[in-house]
Amino acid sequence: MLKKLRNSFSHVPLLSWLLGALIAVALEYYLGDALADVLRLPKIPVLFGFVIMLKKPLLIPSALVFVSLIYALPISVVARLSASITNRLVAWLFKFPTIISVVIHIGFLYAILHLWSDVSAYRVLTLKLTMIAIMVTLSLNVVNGYMGEFSCSHPGFMALGAYAASVFTVLFFAKDKLFGPAILPEALGPYMFPIALIIGGLVAALGALAIAIPSFRTRGDYLAIISLAFMFIVKSMIENLEVVGGPRGLSSQPDYANLPTVFLWTVACVWIINNFVRSTMGKALNAVRDDEMAANAMTVNTRKTKIVAFLFAAFWAGVAGGLFAHVLRYVNPGTFGLQKLAEVLAMVYFGGLNSVYGSIVGAVSLSMLSEALRPLEIFKWIIIPLLLILVMIYRPTGLVAFKEFDVKKLIKPKHKQEKEV
Amino acid sequence: MSLLRIDKMSHDFGGLRAVNNYDLNVEPGQIRGLIGPNGAGKTTIFNLITGIYKPTEGDIYLENERITGLEPHRIAGMGIGRTFQNLQLWRHMTVLEHVKMACYSKITYGLIGAFFGTPKRNREEAEIEAKARELLRVVGVEDIADQVVINLPYGDQRRVEMARALAIEPKILFLDEPTAGMNPEELIQMMEIIRHVHQELGLAIFLIEHRLKMVMELCEVIQTLDFGRVIAEGTPEEIQNDPKVIDAYLGKEVVA
Repeated sequence: MLKKLRNSFSHVPLLSWLLGALIAVALEYYLGDALADVLRLPKIPVLFGFVIMLKKPLLIPSALVFVSLIYALPISVVARLSASITNRLVAWLFKFPTIISVVIHIGFLYAILHLWSDVSAYRVLTLKLTMIAIMVTLSLNVVNGYMGEFSCSHPGFMALGAYAASVFTVLFFAKDKLFGPAILPEALGPYMFPIALIIGGLVAALGALAIAIPSFRTRGDYLAIISLAFMFIVKSMIENLEVVGGPRGLSSQPDYANLPTVFLWTVACVWIINNFVRSTMGKALNAVRDDEMAANAMTVNTRKTKIVAFLFAAFWAGVAGGLFAHVLRYVNPGTFGLQKLAEVLAMVYFGGLNSVYGSIVGAVSLSMLSEALRPLEIFKWIIIPLLLILVMIYRPTGLVAFKEFDVKKLIKPKHKQEKEV
Repeated sequence: MSLLRIDKMSHDFGGLRAVNNYDLNVEPGQIRGLIGPNGAGKTTIFNLITGIYKPTEGDIYLENERITGLEPHRIAGMGIGRTFQNLQLWRHMTVLEHVKMACYSKITYGLIGAFFGTPKRNREEAEIEAKARELLRVVGVEDIADQVVINLPYGDQRRVEMARALAIEPKILFLDEPTAGMNPEELIQMMEIIRHVHQELGLAIFLIEHRLKMVMELCEVIQTLDFGRVIAEGTPEEIQNDPKVIDAYLGKEVVA
């Protein structure tokens, strides 16, 4: 039965699924309130009904009906029916450079996310934080997964990026009690935001250099220890820097990090990291991880490879930190402590090592899960770790480890599977 | 002019002298053998020449350029390819990726190319892929190019290692027991491959081997090592009849 069902969807290309999802979120956008009213739901269920089902068990049937009517049914019907047309369309698009098909798919994805999150401010915030989590997870996967070292300093890099970018924007483009009035015209700000983020990334990379030089001389636990120390040093350094607000934090960042900005940066991050890890230069990381002596004997400059990858990962953590500060429009050093580290590490190991898919899956599922289980309060911190333990037992390298993220394969037209398969 | 020249190289592990006053002269296109009982220091000599260890004394010259103490990847890039005694492959990578990886020093697209997938990068990746497939064909494993190496039988893994060593475009190839653990059929195929690369590519080869049949058939000059010291050097016939070599392998005959 399940096999039959899967078989009947096997020829549906990604574009059809996106089309179905777009129609589903459009349905919710226009008819969601009315349907929620009919079903006696207080409002549109924000996270696919999870929150409301846990809060008020009596509403479980209505929430299920809502989710199946708004999401499951339209997506599956549209995807199935449009498959033959979209297959032909995708095949036609493949005659042009791949970049065109990719841009169209990304456009669809953005439209879906935009419509979906337009329903409530809560969804916008959750979505932005999830995308930032993807960036951080992916960049940590470069070190912990692809390179096989164990680094604990990512919250520190995020903090450096967050503060560097915030200081830049607050100093130049915002009025603030710490830095006084804006130095440059405020209208210029949004255009300079990418520069602020890049500065954040570069500062984080500079911090990474301080770790990399002493710890990459040898292999082993040195990096884990030095990077953990680095994280605490950054945190207490910021706590004692009164110029940036000390432990009280830094606020009044301008509202530059809107949904399209965060989305574009996330796409750029995934694209660049995926490019890197699929090139022979990036594969050198795997060679260093699996056998450093052999890598060295095969002309790979292992020391340079390790340092470059580490700085690269730190750069993206810094950019993510800059975005994070501008999404919340407030940042304090307490955020970037052990809890953040545990969160990011969990996402990397839950999703899967050495895999871009894995990082996306890990970041999205754990962020969503932690939001969806919020009504359980303290029990949330029993369920999530339990899930992690189960994953570690049954799939020690994570859910989708060691899988290449091949965009071309993902979006290509699909043909019906043969019967005997 | 000799291709590889070593002058009075010695190496100490703590108080133990593992290699003692070792001299070597390899001519271009020569096949040389290094034999000796276990623990004689054969692999240590390989590791010293390829830069994994730094010699305590002595000098190593490749085409008259001093390479003593350089980093292993530099030495490899200058033209010394090698295989390892206990197969050091990258367990999560495919056969093709192994051979492509060994072309690392030929890559010129840099980080910009790696990050942004520039046309130059695509072109270079395609070039090294074509080269890698050609080498896989030479060693006869082109049909398993996309398999992950740990799933392969032992003989195939040895061939992958061979192709990988060839991909760095070496002038001299170091083979550390290339037939260890192989069955007789695989052994014959490996000898064919060694002969093939020697004849077609004109490579000099320096090999450590325990199977004397193979050393005697392939090598032009053989050195015998015992306790870090060369005890005999010469053609296969000379070595076979040298009493010192027989002593080292079988122990001294006790005169009654």
